[in-house]
Amino acid sequence: MCLGIPGKIVEIDRNMARVDVGGLLRNVAIDLCPEVSVGDYVLIHTGFAIQQIDEEAAEETLELLRQMAEA
Amino acid sequence: MKFIDEFRDREIARALALRIRETSTRPVQLMEVCGTHTVSIFRHGIRGMLPEQMKLLSGPGCPVCVTPNHDIDLAIALSRQGLIIATFGDMMRVPGSTSSFQKEKAEGRDIRIVSSALEALKIATENPAKQVVFLAIGFETTSPTVAVAILKTRAERIGNLFFLNSQKRVPPAIRALLESRQLKIDGFILPGHVSVIIGEGPYQFISQEFGLPAVITGFEPLDILQGIWMLAKQIEENRPSIEIQYRRAVRPEGNPLAMSRIYEVFENGGALWRGIGGIPDSGYLFRKPFGEMDAGNFHVQVEPTAEHPGCLCGEVLQGIKTPLDCRLFQTVCHPENPIGPCMVSLEGTCFTYYKFHQP
Repeated sequence: MCLGIPGKIVEIDRNMARVDVGGLLRNVAIDLCPEVSVGDYVLIHTGFAIQQIDEEAAEETLELLRQMAEA
Repeated sequence: MKFIDEFRDREIARALALRIRETSTRPVQLMEVCGTHTVSIFRHGIRGMLPEQMKLLSGPGCPVCVTPNHDIDLAIALSRQGLIIATFGDMMRVPGSTSSFQKEKAEGRDIRIVSSALEALKIATENPAKQVVFLAIGFETTSPTVAVAILKTRAERIGNLFFLNSQKRVPPAIRALLESRQLKIDGFILPGHVSVIIGEGPYQFISQEFGLPAVITGFEPLDILQGIWMLAKQIEENRPSIEIQYRRAVRPEGNPLAMSRIYEVFENGGALWRGIGGIPDSGYLFRKPFGEMDAGNFHVQVEPTAEHPGCLCGEVLQGIKTPLDCRLFQTVCHPENPIGPCMVSLEGTCFTYYKFHQP
C-alpha cells in the first residue's frame, strides 16, 4: 500500500506534472513538493509526488556499496 | 529503471550478505514493520541470504489488513443506501463482517476503484446529485494526499464528497508492540515511505526508551540488505540509534510541507487496528472545522462486527505468530477465499507466505 515509484518530471503545469515512469507518462500532483522542476526525479505515491529523489545521495549510496563489494 | 535496477545488483547483494554474516555473531530477531518490505524480502529471497541465527519477523505495516471491520461494514451500509463508494483497489476483496465491496458491487452497488484521493473529487463533481464517500485508509505516506484532497474539496466547494477516515500512524503501533512485551525484538527495519513524510524524529523513542536499533530502509534488495547490515553493526557495537539507509528519499526532517497539510486537517487520536485493538494516538482524526466531511457522521444501521474465530491475522500482524501457525492457512483460507485481511492484501503477510514460502 505504501508503494512509491520513481519517475522523471518532463512537464509542469501549475500543480500538476507529467512524469515519465519507466517510459509511461503519468499525471502527478506536485502539491506536496512544489519546488520541483523539469528533469527532477520524484517519488510517486497514489497520484502525488511525495518527495524529490536526491540523486547525489543515491550515487553516494551506490558508490559506498560498490567499494564495499570490491574491498 | 533508474533508482530501481541499480539497487538490484547481484554481486553487491552477495557481498552485502557476506558482510552481514561476518558482522552478526548472536541470535537476533529483526522486525520489518512494513508490508512492502515483507513482499520485497520474499520476492528477492533475502531470508535465504541471511545467517541462520538471524530471523526476520513481519510486522503490522499493512493498512488494508488493519482497517477495522466496522469501517468496511459502514461503507457497505452506505453503498446499500445508494451512496457512491470510492476506494483503493486493495480494499475490494477484504472481508467485512458478512460481505465485501466486491460482493456488494456484484449486487449492483456503485463502488468505484480509484488510485488517488483526487479521483474521488472528480467522481463527486461528475455526480452532483449523488453523495460520494472516499474510504481514506493508509499510513502517513498516504495521509498528506488525503489531506490535500480534503483541502481541495473545501476550496472547490464540493458539497457531496465525504471521507470515511481510517488512517493510521506507524510510530504509536511500534510503541504498542514494544510495550506489550510479547515479543523479543532486537531491531527494526523501519518503513521507508512512511519516513519520507515523517522523517526520523518520531522514532527516537525506539532507541532512547527501549534501547533498540532501527534503520529507515528502502525497498530494493540492496537497500534491505544494507539496512540489515547497519542493524547488525548497531547490535554488535551496542550503540542503538535511528539511522537512515534510504537517503535518496528520506530526509531527517521528512517532508515538512506534507506534515503541515496533515495537521491542517487532522489531529492525533486513538484508532482501532483490526486484529490488534485500540492503540492510543495511532490515528489521524478530523479537526473540528472539517467534521462536516466526516462520513462517520452518517446515521445508518451498521451490522454488528463479526470475525472468523479461527483467523490469526491479529497475531500475525504483531509478529507473535506466522501464517504457518494458523490452521486456516492454505486449507480454507487462500487468495480465492480469503478469511482474513492478511490473505487479501497483496502486502498481507499471509498472502506473501502463500505466494512465496517454500517449506
